[in-house]
Amino acid sequence: MSQVVKKKFRCHPEPNECKGCGRCVNACPKKLLKLGSALNIMGVPYAEYVGDGCIGCGACFYTCPEPGAITVFEITGED
Amino acid sequence: MSEVVKFGRPKGFFETFERRPGSIKKNMSYCPGCGHGVLHKLIAEAIADFGIQDKTTLISPVGCSVFAYFYFDCFGLQVPHGRSAAAATGLTRANPESIVIGYQGDGDLAAIGFNAFIQAANRGENYCVFFVNNAIYGMTGGQMAPTSLLGQKTTTSPYGRNALTEGYPLKVCEMVSQLEAPVYVERVALTSPANILKARKAVRKAIQISMEKKGFAFVEVLSGCPVNLKLKPADMDKFIEENMTKYFPLGVFKDVADEREPVKRAVPVYDREKVEETLYRAMPGGNEAHESLDSPLFDRELRVKIGGFGGQGVLSLGLILAAMGKYRNLNVSWLPSYGPEMRGGTANCAVILNKGAIGSPIVDSNCDLLVVLNRPSLDKYLPELGENGVLMYDSSTIKDAPKVKPGQKAIAISAGDIAEEFGNLKCANAVMLGAIGAMLTKYYLTPADAAKFQETAEAAIAECFAGKDKIVKMNAEACKLGFTKMQNAQS
Repeated sequence: MSQVVKKKFRCHPEPNECKGCGRCVNACPKKLLKLGSALNIMGVPYAEYVGDGCIGCGACFYTCPEPGAITVFEITGED
Repeated sequence: MSEVVKFGRPKGFFETFERRPGSIKKNMSYCPGCGHGVLHKLIAEAIADFGIQDKTTLISPVGCSVFAYFYFDCFGLQVPHGRSAAAATGLTRANPESIVIGYQGDGDLAAIGFNAFIQAANRGENYCVFFVNNAIYGMTGGQMAPTSLLGQKTTTSPYGRNALTEGYPLKVCEMVSQLEAPVYVERVALTSPANILKARKAVRKAIQISMEKKGFAFVEVLSGCPVNLKLKPADMDKFIEENMTKYFPLGVFKDVADEREPVKRAVPVYDREKVEETLYRAMPGGNEAHESLDSPLFDRELRVKIGGFGGQGVLSLGLILAAMGKYRNLNVSWLPSYGPEMRGGTANCAVILNKGAIGSPIVDSNCDLLVVLNRPSLDKYLPELGENGVLMYDSSTIKDAPKVKPGQKAIAISAGDIAEEFGNLKCANAVMLGAIGAMLTKYYLTPADAAKFQETAEAAIAECFAGKDKIVKMNAEACKLGFTKMQNAQS
């Protein structure tokens, strides 16, 4: 019997490219992003990925107005 | 742990934004939560995915996205406010293989550039437009836009937009979709992830229509300006969804992409020979071989100005002179200037004859030949006569002999009276032409050139009044008469 392999993902918000608008925080269906209290080089609190369980939907990536502030990785191996 | 990028910085952007001043080179210059960034990403992703960066030109507007060419790794053009559609038309017509993307805001597209835009849409120009509608002027600090909502408070509508004084928000999608030519018209909103994915689809479809050369594609994008709307970035989506989409409903307004065939327009020609053939040699008289002038007079540029009342044939006299030059292998220019009225106003024209290239068609100094048919023109243009210039004036309207400087010549001919005697006052200009011929014959032309004057004049008259045989004949006779009268007066 074939086994359904559940894909795993990881979201990485780049602290120094985030302007702290919070769009990704609203967009994440799993509520895995939040704005921290530390400030980045632009002087704003930046989005952070908290916990795990990213489903790789891309909502945070497309809603983010910055070109490379958010990257979503697909985890292809555990090694 | 091994991993691959599922969603990451689109390849359609430069790796770093080197053109951006300052130390921040990875971010765009937009405020936090601005819709421009979201749309920029969708476009950058699409042009990279489609592999069209090498033939795409993105036209950046005037507005917050004025520096879009800092970011997109494709060709960029920055145009004056509202002129995106005009530039796009030129680009796609001149190079049908290029993919042109117009990126415009509400002030750029729906206010100052609306006519250019709607005409381009109506012509079905092959390019796509992304219209960022954020209901306000962002860059200049929150003034009312054509798309500001009723009741919306802006710095220029502090009591809220009032339909009676400011009109209704402009529904651009609705208007464009009524036109015959556009292929695809959709309105999307950059709000929830679901709506952004719809916008992504629309962006890709519009670009694909351009790639397939099917014509005009238009996507209106409802976008947020949290700063000027004084909203938290997170509350922006709510404002768009609750207020803007009520007046600007989302959806596809027109989609005939499947029915349309690729647009086929005349293929532009860049071969120099062919361009010259079309521009010059195909003109009347341009193809035949002509005898060149050998009088030393024509070894330098000759500058002529003719002035008079509108209706006296001032402009036609200039045209005939220019055509005569053409029939003797000279480069010529003719620059008319006239008032709004067809008869009775003042008119003048400048004619330049040159064996070499003509730099500017304007004659406002160093005039070699000044022909005036009325008093006001004499007063106005006499100061423009050059050192050894010749003034020819109609003594039937200018009674007292004009004072010219030493070296200059003033020659009178009662062109009006002669024409009246001849039977048609309208021929005064042709009489004047004949008089010019007699003057040139006496002072400047070699006998060989002089012998050809009448023949050349007749060819030029025939060209200028082509199809009106009676008028051609009458003017040719009046010219002959003017020549004889002048010759008699000179001897």
